[in-house]
Amino acid sequence: MVNMKNIADDFPILAQKINGHRFVYLDSAATSMRPNYVLDRIDAFYKSSAANPHRGLYALAERATAAYEDARATVARFVGADADEVIFTRNASESLNLIMYCYARRNLARGDSVVIPISEHHSNLVPWQVAALATGAELRYMYIDKETCSIPDSEIERKIDKTTKIVAFAHVSNVLGSRFPVEKLVARARRVGAVTVLDAAQSVPHFHVDFHALGVDFAAFSAHKMYGPMGVGVLYGRRELLEKMPPFLFGGDMIEYVREQDADFAAPPHKFEAGTQNAGGAVGLAAAVKYIESLGWDNIESRETALMRRLMSGLAEQKRVSVIGSPDPAAERYGVVSFNIDGVHSHDAATILDSFGIAIRAGAHCAHPLLDYLGVKNGCRASLGVYNTERDIDRLLECIPLVRRKLGYGD
Amino acid sequence: MEIDALYSGIITEHSRSERNKRHLANPTVVRQGLNPSCGDELSLELRCEDGVITDASFVGVGCAISQASASMMTDIIRGKSREEAGALCRAFLDMIRGRELDDATLDSLEDAVALQGVSKMPARVKCATLPWHTLNGAIDDLT
Ligand SMILES: Cc1ncc(COP(=O)(O)O)c(C=O)c1O
Ligand SMILES: [Zn+2]
Repeated sequence: MVNMKNIADDFPILAQKINGHRFVYLDSAATSMRPNYVLDRIDAFYKSSAANPHRGLYALAERATAAYEDARATVARFVGADADEVIFTRNASESLNLIMYCYARRNLARGDSVVIPISEHHSNLVPWQVAALATGAELRYMYIDKETCSIPDSEIERKIDKTTKIVAFAHVSNVLGSRFPVEKLVARARRVGAVTVLDAAQSVPHFHVDFHALGVDFAAFSAHKMYGPMGVGVLYGRRELLEKMPPFLFGGDMIEYVREQDADFAAPPHKFEAGTQNAGGAVGLAAAVKYIESLGWDNIESRETALMRRLMSGLAEQKRVSVIGSPDPAAERYGVVSFNIDGVHSHDAATILDSFGIAIRAGAHCAHPLLDYLGVKNGCRASLGVYNTERDIDRLLECIPLVRRKLGYGD
Repeated sequence: MEIDALYSGIITEHSRSERNKRHLANPTVVRQGLNPSCGDELSLELRCEDGVITDASFVGVGCAISQASASMMTDIIRGKSREEAGALCRAFLDMIRGRELDDATLDSLEDAVALQGVSKMPARVKCATLPWHTLNGAIDDLT
């Protein structure tokens, strides 16, 4: 049994003082911190194996190729995919853009529709706007229920219809923390013959995700939100779809044979990986997977659920705080809660909390259409990682009232 | 301490004050300003007679820094000529860029000198300068 109490000790970055205070990091939804285990594996790759994968016929190159392809296999197993369905990209945004360029723009036409929830992150929204503008297809929104912040079944039935070719949605909302009904959305999309795109950026760090079991056609996530390095992400695609899609970028390593006027392209996943890849990043991502597995999902989930309840109950007790989305402490939430303090702009709240050593996110969280729909200008967001403790939550709760006081309010 | 300088009494008083936050009866010029990084929004209203700003006000929503800066600015520019207001604008922007100003110039900025500390907080510079950039545009509209 892992001792979850001392997890923070695995993360050297958390040991520093910020503005003279113990550092309380509550912005893991933006990017999570990395444990020594991940940092050491990246370091070891560069110190002992970092030749160019797939290119050389000498010992180091073989080691680099093995490290890179082992990383792919590790990641594939972790998310319920086959290794040749896992493409390394730079981040979730690039993965979603790849789907847009190589699938959406070729398969959409006037009269077709792309359907997404109003709550999407700009990375799973703007690419669909671009695809719709380029092809004449319609971008259609499923509006969430403002009380429960879930998508009503009637919206799913009504918006996803015979014209729909793509249904794209986040697994977990980066603003609301709620989980969307993948099974229902996939079932409805299948009934009308649409493909599904799962933005798993905020789910993969918090619970076990299995793309084959969920039955989605495409999925995207980033290493840096799951204790891995920045600069590497994953695109999952169903094999038949990847085989039919054209390459994304062209260059070395993604070809079979090049003649003067044309070329044969490699099979997936290499068809989508032009040029020298972020092999150190892939090794770091695989290490992050192993780190998560060493903690165990049961431990992670029970700990994060307990912390989230504590945070939600604490926020509910604060007179001057309103939660964006369901304020119910018992509601299902995955690592994320957004809120506002009466009379306080979130950027002031973040600046003042930073002076107490607390890092939270402030602003519109890359979800302008959602905030416009909810009639909120912006908000504070606290989000959790495996290293957070009761002490972190209590520190945030104790400092929130001080924000108003710093701004000269009586209480 | 840095945070207490940023949210000093004079700044938080201005940010909570409604004194300059109103519409003018007959504005000569109304100019919108937007700071996408915070979502700060501001509509600056000026009443001008014979090249002099006889009244100034603003409406808007935003962070405490942007609201305080707007309130301070409207106080300062009331009764100033267009040229004087332009010079104040340059002085304020210079101060926020971290340039050394002589005492007379600093004095001319009145309460807005309290925002000097923002020059060391890159993420909040746009909040403090939004009203002044908006004023710059309004002065152009007047000429
Ligand atoms: C739900 C969601 N999707 C996509 C992204 C984009 O991730 P990245 O910036 O790593 O591409 C984020 C990151 O904030 C996110 O929260
Ligand atoms: Zn601002």
